[in-house]
Amino acid sequence: MGRTWPRKPLKSLMTTRIERPLSPHLQTYRWTLTMALSIIHRATGVALYFGTLLLAWWLIAAASGPGAYANVQAFTGSFIGRLIVFGYTWALLHHLLSGLRHLVWDLGYGFKASEREALSWGALIGGIALTLLVWIVAYTVGGGR
Amino acid sequence: MVEFALPKNSRISGGKTWPKPPAATETREFRVYRWNPDDGKNPSIDTFYIDTAECGPMVLDGLIWIKNNIDPTLTFRRSCREGVCGSCAMNIDGQNTLACTRSMHDVKDGAVKVNPLPHQPVVKDLVPDLTNFYAQYASIEPWLKTTTPTPQKEWKQSHEDREKLDGLYECILCACCSTSCPSYWWNSDRFLGPAALLQATRWVKDSRDEATGERLDNLEDPFRLYRCHTIMNCAKACPKGLNPSQAIAELKLKMVERQI
Repeated sequence: MGRTWPRKPLKSLMTTRIERPLSPHLQTYRWTLTMALSIIHRATGVALYFGTLLLAWWLIAAASGPGAYANVQAFTGSFIGRLIVFGYTWALLHHLLSGLRHLVWDLGYGFKASEREALSWGALIGGIALTLLVWIVAYTVGGGR
Repeated sequence: MVEFALPKNSRISGGKTWPKPPAATETREFRVYRWNPDDGKNPSIDTFYIDTAECGPMVLDGLIWIKNNIDPTLTFRRSCREGVCGSCAMNIDGQNTLACTRSMHDVKDGAVKVNPLPHQPVVKDLVPDLTNFYAQYASIEPWLKTTTPTPQKEWKQSHEDREKLDGLYECILCACCSTSCPSYWWNSDRFLGPAALLQATRWVKDSRDEATGERLDNLEDPFRLYRCHTIMNCAKACPKGLNPSQAIAELKLKMVERQI
């Protein structure tokens, strides 16, 4: 009979554990709209925690008295303050619309490629548009106060 | 766990640019991920130029042309060359798909970039280690489970019930979907991923199967099923046009329905 396979495995083959590299992921994957919106939904969700703190500060100040309230007004009246409140408005409205999109999906609808993209564009553009609308109305009614 | 950067041994450095085929009048540039387990070096990206007049239209044709004409050590899986077997799944131009059904002419800008399926241990070049992926498929117990005695002939199914499996049974387990999912990248040790969950749906929806409750119990877990955040990369990547995210949504609905 011919040669038989060695009963003992070759030591060098069995004992050296190869350190395999991890294939590239974020580094190579082409961004998709739904992928971007997913992380934006998460980020705006986190931002809302801080925004809520801002809101709480404003309410507490309003309840405490004119001095405390004036402090908040001075902050939200400043450029940085305005920018933060503007960002909070967008985070809130975007998260709201994006959340509605998730509600539609959780009910089992909107999974076709065209629907999926339309819902995502809708949340993105709708969030920006509503934010601008709110601020335009606020400036028109409030006169930039 | 979420780790955006690649580990030290996985970072891509350098790479060889192979000479253009001298007789070619028209060439296409291919940038291919290389890693050789035997040389102790980090992965690299090699640049090849293929002679488009001598080569078929698909990305797989290009890879085979490179293997035949330039570098015989280039390693990748392939078999059927017609989108049936799922062997040649890889990341092409930033999206997971099958090299055999993806035309290199559909890759618009410049070079055709070819990488292994994302966030997997690499065996060599474009060959990922899919052990975990297959183990997850096995964990959903992809076979008919019954308690009633086996009938004399076959288990019968109406045409309507059979149609419920359309869009699910066609899966070829190529792993394009699971390895396109960021949630799967970060939690593949605990999240089953789109492919295994689509298959779970296939058995949950099968009218002949009598273990639906048991199957759903097995998925009722914050990670196994609920790490799906409807990112939808899976549905976009599937080379068979299936929709794992929809299948997962159906599973989630079934979980709620059975509690009412």
